[in-house]
Amino acid sequence: MVEITPGRAYGFFTDTSVCIGCKACEVACKEWNQLPGNEPVFGDGFDNTGSLDSQNWRHVKFIDNVADETMQAGDGKAWLMMSDVCKHCKHASCLEVCPTGALIRTEFDTVYIQPDVCNGCRDCIAACPYGVIGLDEHSNVAQKCTLCYDRLQGGMEPACAKACPTQSIQFGPVDELRAKASQRLDDLHGQGIAQAQLYGADDSVYGGLNAFFLLMDKPEAYHLPNAANAVLPSRNNARGYLATAVTAVLAVIGGLVALRRRREPVREPVPEPVRKQPEGGE
Amino acid sequence: MVLAEAEHFVRAPNWTWYILFYFFLAGLSGGSYVLATLLRLRGDSAAEAVARLGYYVAFPTMLVCPILLTLDLGQPLRFWHMLVNTTPGQLVPIFKYWSPMSVGAWALVAFGLFVTVSFLDALRRDRRGIEGAGLLAKLWSIAGAVVGLFIAGYTGVLLAVSNQPVWSDTWALGGLFLASGLSGSAALLGWLARHRRAAQPAAGAFVRAERVFLLLELVLIVAFVLTLVPAGTLGRAFGFPWILLWALALLCVLPWLRSRERTRSAVAADGTVAAPARVVVAPGLILTTLALISVLAIRAAVIFSAQ
Repeated sequence: MVEITPGRAYGFFTDTSVCIGCKACEVACKEWNQLPGNEPVFGDGFDNTGSLDSQNWRHVKFIDNVADETMQAGDGKAWLMMSDVCKHCKHASCLEVCPTGALIRTEFDTVYIQPDVCNGCRDCIAACPYGVIGLDEHSNVAQKCTLCYDRLQGGMEPACAKACPTQSIQFGPVDELRAKASQRLDDLHGQGIAQAQLYGADDSVYGGLNAFFLLMDKPEAYHLPNAANAVLPSRNNARGYLATAVTAVLAVIGGLVALRRRREPVREPVPEPVRKQPEGGE
Repeated sequence: MVLAEAEHFVRAPNWTWYILFYFFLAGLSGGSYVLATLLRLRGDSAAEAVARLGYYVAFPTMLVCPILLTLDLGQPLRFWHMLVNTTPGQLVPIFKYWSPMSVGAWALVAFGLFVTVSFLDALRRDRRGIEGAGLLAKLWSIAGAVVGLFIAGYTGVLLAVSNQPVWSDTWALGGLFLASGLSGSAALLGWLARHRRAAQPAAGAFVRAERVFLLLELVLIVAFVLTLVPAGTLGRAFGFPWILLWALALLCVLPWLRSRERTRSAVAADGTVAAPARVVVAPGLILTTLALISVLAIRAAVIFSAQ
């Protein structure tokens, strides 16, 4: 049992190498957080959740790049499972743009949306590079994983980690989790599993993810932005405003020149001098 | 399936029709205020007459903006949360200079003040038959015009400060929206000026202004295209059906590039006819409407193609 003290950074270490795709995390999350869920989607695979959104705060991704009819062993290119979740980024895009202050960093160093402060502007949805946040159709505010903020306050670990039968989802203080992850990575590499890699355990992705992963392929294979593509919305502030300011200066100068006084006669004959136009735009 | 491009795994915010028309009206309101101020600074009575038209246009278009934004919220009654942090124990004004939506909310409040005062002032001067504008009115208009430039342009920066495909791949949207907002305003004011006798002598100048803004707009569209190429999102912004909107935007302003110089004889009030002279004639309702459609089409293409 992990002791939970405010002021310390907590998170998840999700080890996809031992995920069996049972979705117990999804169920436990919905039960604890009272999420009604969406209609299931039945497509070409085991993934009937679809994506993380306002109803799905855990989502077991199935990366199944296997031919429908496998003639011989080894035809499949990938058979990966990953319990995805809000990353609780150190440099969080959602928190950066939120105009209301609804998005905060809690005493457990997690990223939390205050549902009674959020007004549903959806700027955080436009910002989150992982597509984590959705607008809830019941409460009409943005929702995502809270890292079970209420459970943490009560000294309990998050529901998904509690329910995970294979310890693919481990909860704890981030520094301890990082040590565990690095040990696990060494073990796997020692077993000859060279493709195993950590994602978000160091500060290369958004300054470090409080919920980080051990992946069995490149981040791109799991539809995660790699370190080069993990960029914050605010990168576009300076150049966006600069281009606008330059346009403004050129437009004002051009406007002053174009609108300057010229010697021109009255444009056309006035048909009836007595008829007065109503003035004042009313 | 393994994706080749790793750049965008973001969800669309579903900013649609309310936001489109907000961007449109913000461009027109801000643009009209700016053009009105440029003319007010010119100082002659015809220019001042058009300037007031500009303030009359800026007011109602501005008034609709917060309504559209409020309706777009998931919780419309919490519109004021944009300005006040309601986190328990705080209840203080919130302003994040690095979040364009936060800056924009405050800018809209400031612009609302400038436009309302300028509108009422223009109304008062017209009622009392005051021809000019005083120093105070000019200074107020200049300050308001700076905010107006911001209102017309920041919406593009707001889109860019995100992780959405297309929007966040370019720095050109703020300038593009500003230039197109000004071009729409110039077309609208030019047409309105035809219908206000005192303003008629200044109407033709808007055609020249329109061309300046269209040129800027064209340059920025090129910049927009060039910035999307390395990001690999050019096909998304200009693919079918969005290419139709871009084509519409371009076709609608083409007639404006034709020469509008006409030889006209001026008739003075006493009936004497002056020698014929070359005059630029402000276009009629159809061309003005086309220019406004172009403003709308550009914003629609940008907003909808990314989501």
